[in-house]
Amino acid sequence: MTYLYAFLFCGFICLISQIILDNTKLTPGHITSLFVVIGAFLDIFGIYDKIVLYCGAGALVPITSFGHLLIHGALDMAGDIGLLGLTMGVFNLTSAGISVALVLGFIIALLFKPRH
Amino acid sequence: MNKADYQKLVKRKSPKENWIKNGILVFISGGILGSLSELLLNCYATWLSIPRKDAGILVILTLIVISSLLTAFGVFDVLVNTFKSALIIPITGFAHSITSAALEYKNEGLILGIGANIFKLGGTVILYGVVSVYIFGLIRLLLVGG
Repeated sequence: MTYLYAFLFCGFICLISQIILDNTKLTPGHITSLFVVIGAFLDIFGIYDKIVLYCGAGALVPITSFGHLLIHGALDMAGDIGLLGLTMGVFNLTSAGISVALVLGFIIALLFKPRH
Repeated sequence: MNKADYQKLVKRKSPKENWIKNGILVFISGGILGSLSELLLNCYATWLSIPRKDAGILVILTLIVISSLLTAFGVFDVLVNTFKSALIIPITGFAHSITSAALEYKNEGLILGIGANIFKLGGTVILYGVVSVYIFGLIRLLLVGG
């Protein structure tokens, strides 16, 4: 059943962004930023956690989960040590994704030639 | 024929971007990507016997590696032309933006080229993510207290 929910959720997010892309002048940059903010907003009171519970990886793969992971790490730390934790925990869960993307991007830039 | 009529004619005859067809394609391909990553998550969780939470991070990393390599070989841009936001909105788009920025500015040197421009496209996601997390986090701390 999770597979169906994953299909529906991930497809739905992509569908909304494609409709926005086709009918307005916003660029993919605008839309990804907007979706990250929405993902963080949904996780203020743990709604996105519920979505992840039902949709599994279907909710982890769209960029909304980036906002969810950011605020999740921050709030976890804040629960332990208060306000300072908010600043320390922001990148706790997303650091894997960001650092791997950075290191890979760097290595690839060294090894490959740009194509146009 | 006056100018207003001509504008109307141009508007009627110019090819409309078929957003309904695009939407269906993107919905299905985005959905398949979601289901496949759920399958991958289950495989990781059983094979490596790690908790589902860690397997989720591993799935995200797998997608990042795949899309970075596809970008390096120039395949990703071709795929984006077909599947559009089904590949831009998932984490693949983030990895693509970082790798393509690094590749594109390679010729301007290691520091001022790659170093200064690697977050050129991907940085917006991180900036607005962190700013919104600070605001929402403060709101939650004020309302709930942790």
